[in-house]
Amino acid sequence: MRSELRSFPPAAHVAVVAAAIVVLLLAAAGCGGGGPTTSSAPAAPTTSAGAGGSGGSSTTAAQAGGEVVVMTHDSFAVSDAVLAAFTAQTGLEVKVLKSGDAGAMLNQAILAKDNPLADVMYGVDDTFLSRALDAGIFEPYESPGLKNVQASLQLDPQHRVAPIDIADVCVNYDKKAFAGAVKPPATLRDLTNPEYRGKLVVENPATSSPGLVFLLLTIAQFGETGEYTWQDYWKDLVKNDVLVDAGWEEAYYGSFSGGSGKGERPLVVSYSSSPVAEVVFSETPLKEAPTGVAPPVARTQIEFAGVLKGAKNPEGARKWVDFMLSKRFQEDMPLQMFVRPASDEAQMPPVYAQPGVAVGTLTYVSNDLVSYESIGKDRDRWIEEWTAIALP
Amino acid sequence: MGAYALAAIPLAYFVYLFLYPLASILWVSLVLEGRLDLRPFAEIVTRSSLRAAIWFSFWQATVSTLITMVVGLPAAYVFARYRFPGKGLMRAMVTIPFVLPAVVVSSAFVALLGPSGFLGLDLRHTVWAVLIAHVFYNYAVVVRTVGGLWAHLDPRIEDAARMLGAGRLRTFREVTFPLLRPALAAAASIVFLFTFTSFGVILILGGLRYATIEVEIYRQATSFLHLGLAAALAVVQLVGLTVILFVYNRYQERRSVELGLRAAVETERKPRTRGEHAFVWGTLGFTGVFLGVPLLVLVERSFRTTSGYGLGYYRALASTAGGSLFVPPVEALRNSLGFAVVATVVAVAVGLMSASVIAYRRDWSGRTLDLLIMLPLATSAVTIGLGFIVALDRPVDLRTSPWLIPLAHSLVAVPFVVRTALPVLRSVKGRLREAAAVLGAPPARVWREIDLPIVARSALVGAGFAFAISLGEFGATAFIARPDRPTVPIAIFRLLSRPGAVNSGQAMALSTVLMVVTALSIGLIERFRVGEAGEF
Repeated sequence: MRSELRSFPPAAHVAVVAAAIVVLLLAAAGCGGGGPTTSSAPAAPTTSAGAGGSGGSSTTAAQAGGEVVVMTHDSFAVSDAVLAAFTAQTGLEVKVLKSGDAGAMLNQAILAKDNPLADVMYGVDDTFLSRALDAGIFEPYESPGLKNVQASLQLDPQHRVAPIDIADVCVNYDKKAFAGAVKPPATLRDLTNPEYRGKLVVENPATSSPGLVFLLLTIAQFGETGEYTWQDYWKDLVKNDVLVDAGWEEAYYGSFSGGSGKGERPLVVSYSSSPVAEVVFSETPLKEAPTGVAPPVARTQIEFAGVLKGAKNPEGARKWVDFMLSKRFQEDMPLQMFVRPASDEAQMPPVYAQPGVAVGTLTYVSNDLVSYESIGKDRDRWIEEWTAIALP
Repeated sequence: MGAYALAAIPLAYFVYLFLYPLASILWVSLVLEGRLDLRPFAEIVTRSSLRAAIWFSFWQATVSTLITMVVGLPAAYVFARYRFPGKGLMRAMVTIPFVLPAVVVSSAFVALLGPSGFLGLDLRHTVWAVLIAHVFYNYAVVVRTVGGLWAHLDPRIEDAARMLGAGRLRTFREVTFPLLRPALAAAASIVFLFTFTSFGVILILGGLRYATIEVEIYRQATSFLHLGLAAALAVVQLVGLTVILFVYNRYQERRSVELGLRAAVETERKPRTRGEHAFVWGTLGFTGVFLGVPLLVLVERSFRTTSGYGLGYYRALASTAGGSLFVPPVEALRNSLGFAVVATVVAVAVGLMSASVIAYRRDWSGRTLDLLIMLPLATSAVTIGLGFIVALDRPVDLRTSPWLIPLAHSLVAVPFVVRTALPVLRSVKGRLREAAAVLGAPPARVWREIDLPIVARSALVGAGFAFAISLGEFGATAFIARPDRPTVPIAIFRLLSRPGAVNSGQAMALSTVLMVVTALSIGLIERFRVGEAGEF
């Protein structure tokens, strides 16, 4: 009977749906397997990995293909051509794993220590470095490319991480807002003066990386002791109606008035490369940047790359670190991630030096007080003290 | 027997994708050398900022839920009972806020509520901005969930009450309200959970004077790397919300009523009297302004180039000239749609199975599942995201697989499917099923010919939500390692993470594309018809 045929028992119903889900999960498994696990390649443990630029010596069968998995933060960017050059040179496909912001990425790497998600990690900066080193997630590797990198950037003497790039955190100003009688601030201290009242927007150091580096800048500048400490400075900034936003996007686009900003405040904590980005990403060609840097004081933020312990393709990981330090990659960064190259052999693109765009000479604060070790030790206390002052 | 088999699949799904990762991360974070570390819990008790976060989460969620329910109910009624031109379009539009990333919505709100906004008030970094944004985001939950059931209530019941002399208010209070209770409860619990665990809106619009538990978890985990404290906070949040949900569920369950449901097309009609016209158009006008104006701000910005209005940013989207993306936005759109389809299929399958079990088995197994499916909404996204990293490397390494993304989305979407299907399923008269069974229909046929047609309509509403949730990339996926297959929200973030008019302009253009795609997909999903009963 027809209805007999149609009326299969509920179990069969369930089975159909179950089968569908099983198929999905299996597909997922297959896909996952296609990820880093089966990358196969010559997983032969040529590891021993110790320091020393054993780079070229063990170029075994890697040529035959395989892949290197690069874990990085969401702001990572590279030109297609540059990425293709790496594959052409090494025969390795690059799989990029975007893992949230630098903090989220580091958490993931630490939690996955026993079975790492990737071969190499890029994007941990000096504010997170001590945590990363303490957690022991990196394998030492001294890339030959380090010979072009200043010793002052090579914070880890064991070479567990290699410096790749530098960003300068500083205050940007809206040029049109300071075209009249009020000039842009000349010193950090100026920002507490009445003529800059209600004009500055900063990011919260507890949720924003430039926000934290700016806090470090003020700590380095004013110190923890003495008659005018960083806490005194921030109390004055608060009196002068500083605005605190959660992240860079809100501060720059939402509250800042300069360039592509849509807000009303003419001073914002950003990067020294932001005026250049305004020119590069303007719709109509600009001769002059709509924003500049003032006061001309900055703190550097160094970003590192390191081979992850337990990497499935440590050889590929080392090649990636070498590649990131190569002239080709280093010269790609300034217009992709808007950071300065760590390698001395790399040239900055001409737009950075163009009159009307160039931000002039910046003074860098000393990192004695805010070295990566002291950040590891004091960061929580600084942020708590800052929160008590700025967000009472 | 069948019900147990039916329960097995959703249970396996929740154990593998939710309980196991959650237990793993809590274990790793809170158990040191085989012993439970209670210090983080002590820290929560002693630190006033953490206690404040708990209290703030609770009260703002309660207030947000109440406001959203009150503001959303008239629209739910209008959508359920009246026929008017542009209804399909309006219905799709209501869901759009759902998919927009907090950073984009907040930029519209800052434009409207900031010092230069046309209201002339500076509400930034106040609790008002947070509450308004919460209502904006969750309006759809009330309109669709409550409206979904309301459309099927037989208006003759209300007519009878009116005829017997009850006023409008009394009819609502004593007849309509009790009948709507399951849907009201469903909407309220979802809005409560969403606003309790609110994150982006709080960070951006609230400033850091206001922090929910979720914001604290994020800060402790990603800024301070205090996983122990983050995990302890996640436990407090989960336990607190579970208790609230449990009590609420028990309370609701005793009150659900079996009703005779009608096809939605039979219950809707054109407004007739002048008062009805005023009410319908007034409500729609409010909805249009409240939801539409912030969206229009974004649309306007996407067309306002530095050289006047034009399509410049949309043209830029088509090329990768900006160089900030690995792939053209068109591909991001394709990724988003692909993930959304998978997430929706999984969520609807798991959701309908769960809903059936919950509706048929009113014993502990049904109740447990009922609670279990809601828990992902009560769980910290940061915590569960990190849980995936700890747990999902065996037996297959799902951690970096692109499939994890839609599966994580489905976890958030299942509660919507269940919550929209359940009130309708529960209201199916048992007698109807019994009658069918007596007439010789085997259980599968009863399910197919009685339950399925009735539940399908609301399942489609749930599917629409699932699709929207996935398109908007809520929750845990922001914290898991993703192979570089950017979805639209990620592409928007990436554009917005750099200075420059072309970047912010393209972000606005892409947001507009996301809105249009959302409206279209939801419109399309809701056009499906299942069974012969028409639009049920």
